[in-house]
This record gives sequence, C-alpha cells and structure tokens, in this order.
Amino acid sequence: MPGRIGVVTFPGSLDDRDARRAVRRAGGTPVALWHAEEDLHGVDAVILPGGFSYGDYLRCGAIARFAPIMRVVVDGARDGLPVLGICNGFQILCEAHLLPGALIRNVGRRFGCVDQPLIVGNAATAWTSAYTSGQRIVVPLKNGEGCYLADERVLDELEATGRVVARYAADDEHPDPNGSARAIAGVCNPDGTVVGLMPHPEHAVEALTGPGQDGLGFFTSILGAVPGVLAGR
Amino acid sequence: MRSRVDRYSPPVVRVVVEVMPKPEILDPQGQAIARALPGLGFTGVGAVRQGKRFEMVIEATEDEALRQAAAMAETLLANPVIEDFRVHRQG
Repeated sequence: MPGRIGVVTFPGSLDDRDARRAVRRAGGTPVALWHAEEDLHGVDAVILPGGFSYGDYLRCGAIARFAPIMRVVVDGARDGLPVLGICNGFQILCEAHLLPGALIRNVGRRFGCVDQPLIVGNAATAWTSAYTSGQRIVVPLKNGEGCYLADERVLDELEATGRVVARYAADDEHPDPNGSARAIAGVCNPDGTVVGLMPHPEHAVEALTGPGQDGLGFFTSILGAVPGVLAGR
Repeated sequence: MRSRVDRYSPPVVRVVVEVMPKPEILDPQGQAIARALPGLGFTGVGAVRQGKRFEMVIEATEDEALRQAAAMAETLLANPVIEDFRVHRQG
C-alpha cells in the first residue's frame, strides 16, 4: 500500500491539485483534505499547498491557521506526523507556531516568479532524504510575501542545528529573490518532520510542465520516510 | 430621559487595536511610501512605518473589553514574531 499523503484545500488554495499530482507521480496515493473538516482520514503525512488561503486577509496564513483541519494537523505534527508547507503552507506553519519565524513582503515589494536555484541544506528531513546535503536544485519560486525573518538568536539556532532545509543560491543570473534572512528558503522543526518551503517543488516534477524534475525528491522522500516515521510513533 | 432599553442594555465599549511592525523588522511597504513622498513634493519625511488599525465594538465593561481585545491581538490580530500592538479605548 503506497503512502497516503493528504493535501489540504483551503478557500483560496491554488496548488493543491499540483501537489496531489506530484504525490501521484512519486508513486504515492494523494488524499484530498478539506479545511472545514477536522479529520485527517488516516493519512501518513500532510501537505499544506501554496495559494492565497482566505485571500491573504490580515496576514498570509493567519486565518487558515485557525481552520478546523489545522487543529488535527497541529496535534498530529506534535506527535510526529510529517507536514510539508509550501509557500502559503509555509506561512501557515509559521503562523501556527509549528515553525519559527515569519514571512513578510518581499524586500523589493515585487511578486517574483522565477525558476530558482536552491542549495539543499539538510538532506536528513522526512521530506528531503532523496537529496544530498549541498545539492543544487532548480524549482519555481512565486510569491509576494516570501521574505523569511526571525530574530538573530533563532537564526543562529536554526543554522547550528541544521534546520535550514534549503537556501536561495544567488548568482549573476539569479539575484536574491526576496531578501530572506541568511538566504533561507526553507526550515524544519527539530525532528525534521515538519518542513516549510517557500519555493514550489510540486511544479518541478516533470520536464513538460516545469524546469525539470528536481522537485520530485520531496515527494519520493516522504514516501520512503512514511513507514519509518510511522514505526517511530 | 433614558429609555428602558438603554438602561438595561449591556455596556458597549469601542476599542482600538493598533498593530505595527516591530522597530527592528524591515517594513518594505513603509519604505516604498517614504520613497514616493519626495516625488509628490513632500520633502523632509525621514521614515514611514505602515501598520494596521482595528476598531471594535465590544459588549462588556471597559476593563473586560480591553482584556478581550488584548487577547484577540495576541492570538489573531498581530503576529508577535514581527509585530507589536497597542490596545486602547476609542475617543
């Protein structure tokens, strides 16, 4: 039985369908989860997809954090349920205090949309084991509020404990996309089960529709991790 | 002369919650406004910070209304990682 990966749809989610498709391409069984239901339907892991949940009203992710499904996602995450938040999902995880820091308006104030090179910082999380630490991958990045911030003490701790999952790889062709502190594109919780990522690996799972297949590893990683994660719970 | 309804209706307090980005947090929106002002002839503006203001009507005594508004600000209206808030009675 392939891993069953839940993908939550909030009002205003955009990339839930692509996330489900990425799970399927990786060999898993995607399970659509609805924001208003307080039920995870027994899934092995959860993806909070990109988009503009609740119209980004108040702050990105601030309203979604209190959706009924989030009660079971937060409780589950505290018990070891793997959760990947992509873009708006990352914002929701920060608002829910499952991850430290916050995401604010891009420093240049422009909505950016690029095929973004990243350097994988931690290949030992439940969502990144298919990569190697230091590997360069290219996945789309598209956001207006992607500037990651946390206070210096938190940033030091994230770096010292290997919790920076990915960084933006700036080069001549790809300048700093949003002003994130220490070029952080993604972080994880201390156990490496909850990962937040601003770029969109679900848009890079096949050459026809994306810049390549570099994003597929996030979805194959979790399918490899699921039995181990479950055994450990 | 006060009507019967007024006399027995619960107290109503108008409360304001002001939310501002913390001083050390970057405020790209405030910076953009500051940069636009000289072009409109407003020179000499040193810095602009952009925040949010919430006005609420709460049925409670003043102390209770202020306490509730502060709790709302902590959980929903402000993100304590990046924002400070101030609660006060309107007027």
